[in-house]
Amino acid sequence: MKGGQRTGDLHSALRPWYFAGPATLWTVAFFVLPLAAMAVVSLWTLEGQSTDFSLANYRQFFANPSYYRAMINSLEVTAIVTVVSVLLAYPLAWILAEGVPERWQRLALILAILPFWTSYVVRSYSWLLVLSERGVVNNVLVASGLLNAPVQLANTRFATILGFVHFFVMLLTLTIYASLKQLPRTYRRAAADLGASGLQTFRHIILPLTMPGIMVGAFLTFVLAIGDYVTPQILGGNNELLMPQLIMLQIGRRGDFPLAAALSLILMLVVTVAYLAAARWLKLERA
Amino acid sequence: MNEPLAVIRGISHRFGAVEVLRDISLEILPGSYTVLLGPSGSGKTTLLSILGGFLTPSEGQVLIGGEDCTLTPPAERPTTTVFQDYALFPHMSVLANVAFGLRMRKVKRRERHARALDLLGLVGLDQAARKRPHQLSGGQRQRVALARALVVEPKVLLLDEPLGALDLKLRRQMQDELKAIQKRVGTAFVHVTHDQEEAMALADDVVVMNDGRIEDHGPPEEVYRRPRSRFTAAFMGESTIFRGKVVEKSDRLLVMTPLGKLTAHGEAEEGEEIELAIRPENLKLQGSREAWLHLGRARITDVVFQGSFKRVIAVSDSMPPVQMILRIGTEEGVKLREHVDLYCRPADLILLKA
Amino acid sequence: MKNLAPSLAWAYALILYGFIFLPVIMLVLFSFQGTMFPVPPFNGPSLRWYETVLADSRLTSALVNSLVLAVATSLFAVLLGFLAAYGLARYRLPGSNFLRGLITAPLMVSYLIIGMGLNIMFNGMGVPKSLAAAGIGHVVINLPLCFAIIYSQMGEHQVNIERAARDLGAKDWQVLTHITAPMLWPALFAGFFLSMTFSWDEFVISFLLTRFDTTLPVEIWSLLRSGLSPKTNAIGSIVFGVSIVMVLVLELVVLRRRGS
Repeated sequence: MKGGQRTGDLHSALRPWYFAGPATLWTVAFFVLPLAAMAVVSLWTLEGQSTDFSLANYRQFFANPSYYRAMINSLEVTAIVTVVSVLLAYPLAWILAEGVPERWQRLALILAILPFWTSYVVRSYSWLLVLSERGVVNNVLVASGLLNAPVQLANTRFATILGFVHFFVMLLTLTIYASLKQLPRTYRRAAADLGASGLQTFRHIILPLTMPGIMVGAFLTFVLAIGDYVTPQILGGNNELLMPQLIMLQIGRRGDFPLAAALSLILMLVVTVAYLAAARWLKLERA
Repeated sequence: MNEPLAVIRGISHRFGAVEVLRDISLEILPGSYTVLLGPSGSGKTTLLSILGGFLTPSEGQVLIGGEDCTLTPPAERPTTTVFQDYALFPHMSVLANVAFGLRMRKVKRRERHARALDLLGLVGLDQAARKRPHQLSGGQRQRVALARALVVEPKVLLLDEPLGALDLKLRRQMQDELKAIQKRVGTAFVHVTHDQEEAMALADDVVVMNDGRIEDHGPPEEVYRRPRSRFTAAFMGESTIFRGKVVEKSDRLLVMTPLGKLTAHGEAEEGEEIELAIRPENLKLQGSREAWLHLGRARITDVVFQGSFKRVIAVSDSMPPVQMILRIGTEEGVKLREHVDLYCRPADLILLKA
Repeated sequence: MKNLAPSLAWAYALILYGFIFLPVIMLVLFSFQGTMFPVPPFNGPSLRWYETVLADSRLTSALVNSLVLAVATSLFAVLLGFLAAYGLARYRLPGSNFLRGLITAPLMVSYLIIGMGLNIMFNGMGVPKSLAAAGIGHVVINLPLCFAIIYSQMGEHQVNIERAARDLGAKDWQVLTHITAPMLWPALFAGFFLSMTFSWDEFVISFLLTRFDTTLPVEIWSLLRSGLSPKTNAIGSIVFGVSIVMVLVLELVVLRRRGS
C-alpha cells in the first residue's frame, strides 16, 4: 500500500510532527529561547563582561527600596483593582442575567463591550482627559460647588486604579454573566422548594457554584493588570512606579538590559506563583 | 373521616394563547398515592408545577390543608418536589443535600444531621452520607432526592417523572421501593408519569389526563377494566375498539355492530351511536359456554412473541373490518393467514363515552 | 423593600454603564473640538482635527501597518494552531500533554515579558527592529489562543467523517482542506477574529520591537508624548468607528451564513 515496512514506520512515526512541529518550533524559538536569553542576560551586569555571571541585579532588587517598592505597589494596586472590579461586576452581571429580558441580554452585553473597541492606548488617554484638571470631572465638581478649586486626579494611583477597574469590570461582568447563565435553573427551584429565601438561595447555592467563574476572572484580572505598562504610565505618571514602568525605565534611559531582564523574571515569577495558587484552588474545588 | 388533604378546584392555565389545562378539579386524600398519567402535552407536569407553587394558574384555586395556597410561593408551601433531573446540589455532600431543607428552617446542626441520616437510612443510603452527588449512580441520586424532599415532612410530596432516567430493571425495583416508602412514611404522593404500567403498579388513584383535561379517574383496576373514554381504553393498555348503534334498551343494551348483534351493559339511549372496547386478554379463540358472545371470524395478520404471552393481531371478516388485538398463551399455536373464530364474555364488553 | 429592588438595580446598572461609556463619549465629543484643547468648554463642532489626522502620513501608514500586521499574523497563528491542534488531537505522541502545555504556555506570560525576551534575543543576535519582528511577537501571543480554541473543538465525531473521506481515497492534505478545516470553520474564525483584535490593539510588543515603520498604537503613543491634543481624539474616534464597522460587517456575514 504505502512503501515498504521501514519507510512506512518512519513515515507514520514522523507524521504527527508534520502537524505539531511548526507550532512547537515557533514556541521554542520565539518564546522559550527568549526567556532563556533573558535568564542569561539577567546574570550579567551593565558594565561587566558577558562571561561574568552574578546575581548582582537580583540583589539590587531586594536591597534598593525604590526597586522593591515598585513590586509592592504593583501588588497593592492589582489587589485593589481585582477586589473592586469583582464587587462592582457581580451585581451588574446579575442584573444582566436576571433582570434584563432574554431578548435584550445580548444587546446589553454588546453595549457593555462597545466602549472597549477603542484602542487601548486611546482609552487610557481618554481617562486622562476626563480626570485632568480642566477635564469633565473637575468641571462638574467645581461647578456644583463641592470643590473650590480643581483637584489633581490624574497622575495618581487613584487614576491608575480607575483606569484598570474600567476595563476589568467589563471583563469580569462577562465571565460572571457566563457563569450565572450556565447554572441550571432546577437548582434554584429545588432550593426554593425546600424553603430557601432568595438571599439564602444566593448564599448557599448560587454564590458557591459561581465561585469558580469568579476565581478564573479574578486570576485573569490579576495577571493582566500586574503586567500592564500603558495604564499606569499614562494615568499614574511617574510619581509612583509600578513594576512594568520600572522595567521599561531600565531599557529607555540607561539601556540596562541585564537589570530589566532580572526585573522581568521576578515579575514572571510572581505571576507564576499566582497561577499555581489559582490552579491548585480550582483543583481543590473540583474534588 | 377522610377529609381531602389537597383540593384542586377549577384550575385552568394558558401559556400565551395555548390552553394547557382546562377546568381541572381533583382531590388528594391523605396517605394516598396519586398518579397523574398522560402523554406529553397532556398538562400533567403543568398541573404538578401548579401544585408545587412554581406556576400560578390562570384560573382556579389550590387548597392544601384547607388553606388557599394558590398564590403561595414554593418556599412557603407545605409541598416538596422530586425533580426530573433530581437537582442535587453538586457542591454539597449527600448529607448536606438532605439536611438543606431543615437548615432553611433554622434547625440546629446536630438535629438536622441526625434527621437527615435517619431518612438516608430509610432509603438505604446512610453509608453514602459523606459522598458527593457525582459519585453516586442514577438510582442512588434518585433516592437522595427523595430523602431530601421527605425530611421536611411535607403534606404532599410531588414527583416529576422520577424514574424516567432509569433502565427498565432499575425502574421496576424503584417502583417497589417508592411504594414501600410511601406506605411507611404515610405522606400523600402525587407522581407524574407517561408510563401506564408504572401508574398501575404504584397508584391508589390514577388520574388519566389528555389535552389538558381529566379523561378518567379512579383505582387502577377500575380504570383499566372500565375505561370511560376511547382515549383511556387506548392509552391504558391496548384494546380492540369498534363502533355500534344501540337498537334496543331494556335491562341490557342490544347493540348492532360490524361484529354482530351484541349484548352490552352501560348507560346509553336507544338509537345512540356508541363505541365498544375489549381488552386483549378477554378476547378468546374458544367460547366455553352459551353465554359467550361470538364475534365472528377473523384472519390472523401478525403474531409476536412477547415472552410470557403472544400478541396476536387479526382483521375481522366483517364489513367494515375491525382490527382485533388478543393475547394467547405461548403453548397455543396460530398461523398467519389462518381464519379463527373469536369470542368474549358480555361482561368484558366495555362501553366507551364519546 | 421588594418594590425598591428593581429601581435600585436600574440605578446601579445605569451608573455603571455611564461609567463605562464616559471616556468614550468624551473622546468622540472632543474630537470635534474647535479649539486646541480636548477639554471643556466645547467649541465646535469642527472637522479640523480629522483633516489633520488624514493629512498625517505617519498616522495613516501606521494604520495600514497595523491592519496588515493583524491580518498576516492572525492567518499565520490560525494556520499553525490548526495544524498543531490536528496533530495533537489525532495522533498519540509521547509527551502530548507536555507539548500542549508548551504551546499554551505563552498565555500565562505578560506581553511585556514576551516583548522583553524577544527584544533581548534579537538585540543579542543583531536582528534589527522592524514590523516583522513585532509580527513574530504577535504570532507568539496569538498562537496559543488559536490552538486552544481549535483543539477544544476537535471531537470524536469528526474522526469518523475523516475516516470515511480516507476510505473514499482522499489523501491527508485533502482531508485537512476539504473536510477538517471546513467542519471547524467556527473555531478557525473565532481564533482569527480574536487574534485580529489582540494584534490590532497591541502596544508593548510593537513598541519594543519596531523603530521606524510602526503600528498605530505606538504612533498614537508618540502623539501622547507631545501633549494633549484633539488630534489624538480624532484618530481614536476613527479607530473606534472602524472597529464598529468591522463588527457590524462580521455580524452580517455570520448572520447571512446562518440564514443560508
